[in-house]
Amino acid sequence: MVMTDPNKEGRFGEFGGRFVPETLIPACEELETAFRDAWADPAFVSEFHRILNDYGGRPSPLTECYRLSEQLGVRILLKREDLNHTGSHKINNVIGQALLARRMGKSRLVAETGAGQHGVATATAAALLDMECKVYMGQVDVERQELNVFRMHLLGSEVEAVSSGSQTLKDAVNEALRDWVATVENTHYCLGSVMGPHPYPWMVRTFHHVIGDEAYEQCMKLMNRVPDVVVACVGGGSNAAGIFSGFADTNARLIGVEPAGGAAVGRGVPGVVHGMNSYLMQDEVGQVQEAESISAGLDYPGVGPEHAYLSSIGRAEYPAVTDQEVVEAFQLLSKTEGIIPALESAHALAWVVREAATLQDQAVLLNLSGRGDKDVDQMMDVLGTENNQ
Amino acid sequence: MNLESGVGRMESFLRGRRDDGAKLLVVYITGGYEGWEAAVETAAAAGADAIEIGIPFSDPVMDGPVIQEASQAALEAGATPSSVLAAVPNLDTGVPHAVMTYYNLAHHPGHERFAATLANSGIDAAILPDLPLVESGPWRQAAAEVGVETIMLAAPTTPDDRLPELCAASQGFVYAVGLLGVTGERSTLASTATEIAKRCKNVTDKPVLTGVGIGSPEQAVEASVVADGVIIGSAVVRRLLDGGGADGVGELVASYRAALDAG
Repeated sequence: MVMTDPNKEGRFGEFGGRFVPETLIPACEELETAFRDAWADPAFVSEFHRILNDYGGRPSPLTECYRLSEQLGVRILLKREDLNHTGSHKINNVIGQALLARRMGKSRLVAETGAGQHGVATATAAALLDMECKVYMGQVDVERQELNVFRMHLLGSEVEAVSSGSQTLKDAVNEALRDWVATVENTHYCLGSVMGPHPYPWMVRTFHHVIGDEAYEQCMKLMNRVPDVVVACVGGGSNAAGIFSGFADTNARLIGVEPAGGAAVGRGVPGVVHGMNSYLMQDEVGQVQEAESISAGLDYPGVGPEHAYLSSIGRAEYPAVTDQEVVEAFQLLSKTEGIIPALESAHALAWVVREAATLQDQAVLLNLSGRGDKDVDQMMDVLGTENNQ
Repeated sequence: MNLESGVGRMESFLRGRRDDGAKLLVVYITGGYEGWEAAVETAAAAGADAIEIGIPFSDPVMDGPVIQEASQAALEAGATPSSVLAAVPNLDTGVPHAVMTYYNLAHHPGHERFAATLANSGIDAAILPDLPLVESGPWRQAAAEVGVETIMLAAPTTPDDRLPELCAASQGFVYAVGLLGVTGERSTLASTATEIAKRCKNVTDKPVLTGVGIGSPEQAVEASVVADGVIIGSAVVRRLLDGGGADGVGELVASYRAALDAG
């Protein structure tokens, strides 16, 4: 298997590891043990899937895009993670981690969020399981994602605006780590992507494996074969890891699309931050650089270590698209299929549109990781309110 | 480091001071922050037994608001690892120097190159708080080869079964993290501070210094009943941020020195 368990040091090839202060090492070890134990317990797995189905709305449908397929000459199938409760794939991971935290006797969750999707999902899980919750969000993101901030408050969570550093996702991770260093005895850090110290990258991918499993079955049912290409956007890379994990051992091409302003894999320089050794955008001495993307959820200078590994062995490709291409894809899907995608997910479509000439008559499975309601406000500024394009 | 004995300058200096009956005082100052060089010299003159020089990093996860602010200001003023280290040979302190920074700044240039740069700049030891024991082997080896000691952190959460190995791996001194949390002053000394120092002292005869959360000379004295001394950082840097300058730092360090000497 290509996407198998990491080794005992938590590495995928040379990537991964556990680069956190000594204070957190026992917590990471405890989490790893608890996760192995829970995932081997049929009662835990069954409760996880019961909540994802009855509460989260799984399985999510596979939607064939007839109009768009005709227009591009590419058969496009959307895995509809946007239809999950809370509007993105993030719910899979937070239900898993919140159940695990409760099993470990922790009463409080902390989380970082960029676009707010993971923060909303964590706040939701905390409400569902009656846990205390605090979400760290960069000041810049708080301003551009007001609605999600309000949602988190409605759900009973505290939201703290982070004004250090670049005031975006990476700084929210720093602040969540600082909180966890001080509160590790009663608090679980509900990390939102396939990043951070071992066991997070592996555990988060495992909770999202359901995306790939469902999509594989749905493709077999629809086409009796796997798609030619599986494409997803990549910030930290959780939705991509989830859908890739269903197809890594097939001959489907795996494409993770990064924003041009946050192309950690694309630039290919290894570095260590946020507990992991992975590809990282950094300057000539090793200071971490600020990512810049139209999409707050992809504004992250690093990437999950398993993606670095998949890139290094040539199993997955990580092209980048520009904000302009993303804005066009956002409108295209809205107008041709009646689906407003999250700006994050629009990155995946932007790549398909750009590469359409090379993908003629192929079947492309695109993970539509989230819905675009949260981005409408921002897009009104970008496009103007009387957009008649 | 004396490669024969495996004991470096930091450790032998601090052991010597301890053997003379002193409680040890290590002072942290953010490199690259305006006036830092003069502050280092006055801290040493006021009685610091060693100086810890921070090399500012973009993502200082182990630091609280005070050191974050100083690091950010230093970065904005153009501080780089090279610019900070280039100034160290000219510092007139008479005591050993450690750097405190984050692992990516060693990883990016490569262990050998970074360790050599430290050694050539008159740095005796390094503290990398996001490089825990389990990941530290290759760095410690590269550093040791050029005589740079690696100071390891022992946390209140470190289990008993790992503490002997951690203390054995630590060189220079053992940095006992006084509380669950990031750097910064606290109004009272955490009970964890004494416990972790005691646990370390039970398994090592290396100097054990308590840092993180020391907010007053009285707390320093309290922490040093068990520990061999303390590390102060945020209290010192706050003086710089408040415009106290090198003189303010000198006064502050002298007050800790006097309290520790009086016991």
